Amino acid sequence: MFHVKHFDVVIVGGGHAGSEAAWAAAQMGASVALVTLRREAIGIMSCNPAIGGLGKGHLVREIDALGGLMGLAADAAGIQFRLLNRTKGPAVRGPRAQSDRVLYRDYVQNALSELENLSIIEGEATDLRVENDEVTGLILADGSEIATRNVVLTTGTFLRGVIHIGDVSRPGGRVGDAASVAMAERLEGFDLPLGRLKTGTPPRLNGRTIDWSKLEMQPGDTDPSLFSFMSDGAMAHQISCGITHTNAETHDIIRENLSRSAMYGGHIDGVGPRYCPSIEDKVVRFADKDSHQVFLEPEGLTTDTVYPNGISTSLPADVQERYVRSMYGLENVEIEQMGYAIEYDYVDPRALRLSLELKSCPGLFLAGQINGTTGYEEAAAQGLVAAVNAVRRARDQDSVTFSRKDSYIGVMVDDLVGRGVAEPYRMFTSRAEFRLLLRADNADQRLTTLGRDIGTVNDARWAAFNRKSEQIKKGNEVLAKVDLTAREIAGTGAKLNVDGPKRTALDALTLNDFGFDALYQIRPELPDIDRKIAEQIKNDALYAHYIRRQEKDIAAMAKDEATVIPFSTNYAEIGGLSAELVQKLNAARPESLAQARRIDGMTPAALLVLSGYLKRLDSRQVS
Amino acid sequence: MAGDTIFALATAAGRAGVAIVRISGRDASALAGQLMSSVPVGRGLRELRSSDGVILDQALVLSFVGDASFTGEPVIELHLHGSPAIVRSVLFALEGHGGRPAEAGEFTRRALENGKLDLAQVEGLADLIDAETEAQRRQALRVFAGGLGALAEEWRRQLIRAAALIEATIDFVDEDVPVDVTPEVSALLTAVRDGMSTQIDGVAAAERIRDGFEVAIVGAPNIGKSTLLNRLAGRDAAITSEVAGTTRDVIEVQMDLGGLAVTLLDTAGIRQTTDIVEEIGVSRAIDRANHADLRVFLVAKGAAPAMKPVAGDLVVVGKADLAGNEEFGVSGLTGLGIDALVGKITTELQARAGLAGVAIRARHRSAMEQASEQISAVLAALHDDVPADLLAEDIRHAIRAVDMVVGRVDVEDLLDEIFSSFCIGK
Ligand SMILES: Cc1cc2nc3c(=O)[nH]c(=O)nc-3n(C[C@H](O)[C@H](O)[C@H](O)COP(=O)(O)OP(=O)(O)OC[C@H]3O[C@@H](n4cnc5c(N)ncnc54)[C@H](O)[C@@H]3O)c2cc1C
Repeated sequence: MFHVKHFDVVIVGGGHAGSEAAWAAAQMGASVALVTLRREAIGIMSCNPAIGGLGKGHLVREIDALGGLMGLAADAAGIQFRLLNRTKGPAVRGPRAQSDRVLYRDYVQNALSELENLSIIEGEATDLRVENDEVTGLILADGSEIATRNVVLTTGTFLRGVIHIGDVSRPGGRVGDAASVAMAERLEGFDLPLGRLKTGTPPRLNGRTIDWSKLEMQPGDTDPSLFSFMSDGAMAHQISCGITHTNAETHDIIRENLSRSAMYGGHIDGVGPRYCPSIEDKVVRFADKDSHQVFLEPEGLTTDTVYPNGISTSLPADVQERYVRSMYGLENVEIEQMGYAIEYDYVDPRALRLSLELKSCPGLFLAGQINGTTGYEEAAAQGLVAAVNAVRRARDQDSVTFSRKDSYIGVMVDDLVGRGVAEPYRMFTSRAEFRLLLRADNADQRLTTLGRDIGTVNDARWAAFNRKSEQIKKGNEVLAKVDLTAREIAGTGAKLNVDGPKRTALDALTLNDFGFDALYQIRPELPDIDRKIAEQIKNDALYAHYIRRQEKDIAAMAKDEATVIPFSTNYAEIGGLSAELVQKLNAARPESLAQARRIDGMTPAALLVLSGYLKRLDSRQVS
Repeated sequence: MAGDTIFALATAAGRAGVAIVRISGRDASALAGQLMSSVPVGRGLRELRSSDGVILDQALVLSFVGDASFTGEPVIELHLHGSPAIVRSVLFALEGHGGRPAEAGEFTRRALENGKLDLAQVEGLADLIDAETEAQRRQALRVFAGGLGALAEEWRRQLIRAAALIEATIDFVDEDVPVDVTPEVSALLTAVRDGMSTQIDGVAAAERIRDGFEVAIVGAPNIGKSTLLNRLAGRDAAITSEVAGTTRDVIEVQMDLGGLAVTLLDTAGIRQTTDIVEEIGVSRAIDRANHADLRVFLVAKGAAPAMKPVAGDLVVVGKADLAGNEEFGVSGLTGLGIDALVGKITTELQARAGLAGVAIRARHRSAMEQASEQISAVLAALHDDVPADLLAEDIRHAIRAVDMVVGRVDVEDLLDEIFSSFCIGK
């Protein structure tokens, strides 16, 4: 018998979920294998060469606060940083950066190759070995086998992927890669609820054939907001993007050819994202608009390829060429690669626990686009959650779950597991009910200690975090001892009653229109406070009143989360629940009262019944 | 355990034409089946027997399946002959077969738990059962029919739309969303606030309809207040005597005036006094009179009222039988002018009752006031450059306050209070 290698955890797929998973598991000191189709494709950005944005930027900060990889890679590869919503309140500001595709991929590949306890294995995973309903190994297309009790599957858009350009379609995981069919069929054998989703990507343009002189240019921020709490400044050379617009002619061309679009010609059944419409969608749904903005984003410093953001499409090649050239600046443009739509299988994430482990198959974890999400950031965050729990399972430790009240990661996992998806899921800030608390600026304050406990935060990060926390504490102490009269505060332009009581400087910072600049104006003798520290103190103060108001809700959620519902609960037996709810509860098998609360159709009264039942159950177990 | 099968007498206890025993729960049919040869589908006449075969009654049996019943679970109704002995023996038999006598309000609680009623409807039902006057009955029906729930749903829809507009400017910058949403948000919020303020104003009237209006009869001693009260009430409620200062305490008489519940208050005569006991009576009289919804001032011809009347109060000349043909006078003794006075009081109170909307309780009012306050804060902030995330947060808060009106959230504390106002079996 030939030797079978054994690993604590095996990650399948080297996309963004898989890379982050491999990194996290290795940080924890586990023996890890990463099995992926092509080694040189690890860390490739399949679509838009950009990281972050609203909600997504928050996720990256959280990944970073937990010691993850994505923030570091995005900072190293960032060629244009922009903080979105700069004027709309710190809680909803989202860092975003365009990346140099090559720098990004190289950073990820180098980081992973330096990990001694990570083995990268090239190959196609085709089958799982399962004994007594639990995973015991992974089988590759060449027949080789890896022994492991924990597999994290992150195969992205590859499961039975089909690429469509106009009425031409062919199997593929993305352009240049074959689809994963064997694994999809294997999953089907598990009797998992599979669905079909779609997404699209625009044509890529040759930048040397764009007439940049005609275009309005958009530079990045002069003072870039980075992703990682460990970064000090942008590393790569910074560039600007061009802006052009679609026009009446563009729309005419698209309208005339709608029947030839894969999405409109009836070639695709999968559901696409409403918030990321194709140009066909935009022309049909917003018929009254005769122009849409298109950002021309260079894909890197060493390539001429340009990504036209806003015109993803599945029209045939000749139509793509015509409509692209109808826009100013693009009259003579050459298309390097046609836009396309892709349809793929996903697993209904309601089949998962909050640890991202399949309820029906212990040891099998799913992360990334396979769970119905879209986006690099969503994928990476799930990769981290799944890997941490896979390692903990290998060590017979309890799972670590993230809560809606602590992180966007918690919001996303809870949404997926509790609600499932109706369209590709992406993060928005409005999904987080405790948005004012879950800010990008305080992700480290929320999560780094947890990361240290889990084992994903290294010594350097831990030391930096403690330094920062100490500075914040000191800053708060100093500011709490400075008294300001209402007249002084009003003198800086802040709106408040000049005859009001005096306030401490810390209290004055809760005012929307009073910041550190104003404070130093009236108290120039105050010691210097580091800019980042000052920013965090100001943000905490700004939201203090609101957060206090939410404390009751946060406590209630904590209590619900702590009320565990046994997996084996027989809902029909509880009584007082409608037949419909019993069915939904049986299907969902919520892990806690908090999860049950979010089940569609749940009434407050039914929750009372459920909590009453759990209370009685609890007291019976105690006595 | 909440899942068991409960039963109770649903009609008033005592001798009556029919007595209805209601059985609800998953095993309602099986439990009822112990008393009869077979439980009918729909309805049927059955002989009920005890376990030793003794005939208890001949009953009409109605059977409701799951979702069609009041409680949302299988329900059997036994329509018995209304003798206390029969009822007692049937209840005894049901308990003997493993049923459990329902606790106060338990049927309604199950209806709520099974999503058959919302919280406001439950309150409407409680009021409906207790309604004694026509106005109370109509008001309770409005609420029970879900009027408040429908209104709250509409407010909620408008607030969610406003929140969504603001969220769109937050989550979709750089995309084709309207840049300035202020006008629409402002219009939506103003509409909700106006709707709430009408309902808030109506709560006081609704509470009066439910709990009764208070009408105080005020005047100097011996002006004939008690005689008037007795005349109105048609019985000797207050002690009347010729000695000034007899009515030392406040005497209440409940009555139905034109469909409205009214409590008439007969107060001590208001005058300077050295009698300590009477002085207490006088200050209590002033206090009660001030808090009453309406004051009827009885005065001697040409005299001024003892307190300053407010809008709506009535000033009439007392002992009109002695004062001669007085235009605006009454006499408790002879009944002179009584009908006209009752007419005036009724007209005034009905005008006030007309303000009542579908929000009828202090609980509704405080939830609406909370929401309204948040909305006002947002409206002010909209023009004040406050960051969008804070606006959105305040709107969310307002939505939650609206939800509380129909009990979507934070119901836990309310339930016990609400259910404790129910009698068994209703
Ligand atoms: C055409 C297209 C358009 C997109 N458009 C958008 C967009 O507009 N907005 C947006 O936010 N996101 C978009 N995305 C999504 C984004 O690229 C993904 O959400 C993200 O990359 C998902 O990460 P992942 O790790 O789950 O999967 P992927 O990045 O797809 O990685 C999957 C990995 O698994 C490997 N693999 C697959 N099967 C096997 C197997 N059997 N054995 C071994 N290895 C295997 C592959 O080689 C690959 O490395 C688009 C993706 C595509 C392809």
